Amino acid sequence: MFSLESLAHNIDLGLNNIFPPTVALLSEMVIIGVGVIALFAVLGLVLVFMERKVSAYMQIRKGPNRVGYQGFAQTAADTLKLVLKEGLTPDGADKFLFNLAPFIVMIVAMLLMAPIAFTKGFQIWDINIGVLYISAISSLSVIGILMAGWASNNKYSLIGAMRSGAQIVSYELSAGLAILAMVVLTGSLQISEIVASQQNGWWIFKGHIPAVISFIIFIIAVTAETNRAPFDMAEAESELTAGFHTEYSGMRFAFFFLAEYVNIFIVCAIGATLYFGGWMPFHVGTWEAFNHVMDFIPGVVWFFGKTFGLIFLIMWFRWTFPRLRIDQLLNLEWTYLLPISMFNLLLMTIIAINGWYF
Amino acid sequence: MFIVDYIKDVYNGVTSLLKGMRLTGYYFVHPKEIITQEYPEVKQVLPERFKGEVVMRHNENNEHRCTGCTACELACPNATIKIVTKFDITPDGKKKKALDVFVYHLELCTMCNLCIVACPTDAIKMAQTFEHSVYDRTELTKVLNKPGSKLMDGVE
Repeated sequence: MFSLESLAHNIDLGLNNIFPPTVALLSEMVIIGVGVIALFAVLGLVLVFMERKVSAYMQIRKGPNRVGYQGFAQTAADTLKLVLKEGLTPDGADKFLFNLAPFIVMIVAMLLMAPIAFTKGFQIWDINIGVLYISAISSLSVIGILMAGWASNNKYSLIGAMRSGAQIVSYELSAGLAILAMVVLTGSLQISEIVASQQNGWWIFKGHIPAVISFIIFIIAVTAETNRAPFDMAEAESELTAGFHTEYSGMRFAFFFLAEYVNIFIVCAIGATLYFGGWMPFHVGTWEAFNHVMDFIPGVVWFFGKTFGLIFLIMWFRWTFPRLRIDQLLNLEWTYLLPISMFNLLLMTIIAINGWYF
Repeated sequence: MFIVDYIKDVYNGVTSLLKGMRLTGYYFVHPKEIITQEYPEVKQVLPERFKGEVVMRHNENNEHRCTGCTACELACPNATIKIVTKFDITPDGKKKKALDVFVYHLELCTMCNLCIVACPTDAIKMAQTFEHSVYDRTELTKVLNKPGSKLMDGVE
């Protein structure tokens, strides 16, 4: 049967046959780089369109429906507009940092792509500390945001960036503890092993109560980490015009916008991997026949289905909940999420030691 | 009890958020609730009392009911209407005041309906026209009585 694993394997073999190993490795890197950029572009277009449609339907509107069939070409047209626009650099800005910041944000998003398993054996880099790598790299994106806010030489940008810094540093904690709870359960940091450990059922079912609590904390924390409403303190249209990217225009603005959506995709992919088995089909314990039927659906479909399900959940949050104030935001993290996630980690450890999971 | 309040807080917060999500989720899966009107394709059904612009009623013989009394011009709060009168010679040789040009400035009109109320002969009415945009402002200055029209018999 055709699978992405054999495709990747054949490309690897073919390149190694033609070229010496170093050149083969380099050309593989180029292929992956191009592939990731293409995936980014497609994700940007699809997710922005999805967001606009989801928000419209939740607010009893129709959303974009003029450009192309049912508005499908709307985001492409918007991107074209952004490409054609002038990328201004303000006079008072720190030119170097101002121009560097959008690329930092994009590079961080690209780096996060590395350990994500799209299907069995189709993974850019199956590093043995995958989960640690993800939580380490994802906290770097705050540097790009702070850089943008500081270099803009604009009070709105600076306030937005500082808020974003406070927010990401705080929510990094409970996101980390939520992930740690799952690591305690799986006993591995490697993404492929975490997925493999869900062969007989996803962790959210197998880990029951603590896994569900951990998932809820994780989804709240990543919503905050990606700076999305109800935690969009960094942008805060109503009080800071556009927060840290107030001064950006044209393609550099588009990079921030794209990075936001790619980050959503990545955190949802990680959530899907940790709690919903990544590319692993829906398996129930020892029901051989049922599991076999589920195996016919390819892993890529499962992976993207779960990821887009979580993305939909995060969009649902955004278009339902009112925004928090910055003090309420930090209060939520430090007095509610952090104690709950610490308690949950303790509970999870007890359950893992005693083997009280399925 | 602090801990009970804490748990109650969390519980109330979560349930109220879920209540909100249920509503938006309901809207998401029920597209028939959409209230958007796709304007140029689907024209809105205007209510009977909708006031679009002032028009003058003409019958099939190109006769109107305006005597040129300027009651509407006086009633208008912002000088939208300007009536120019002339003198007609009646068959028995008398001069009689009559309407020459009924000038109506749509760009000044607030659709307040006072001119229609003021008209003693019921000569003007509000039309249901909806799209008024033009490329030149002068196009909004209209002459309401049709060319060659005259006063209907029996209207004093």
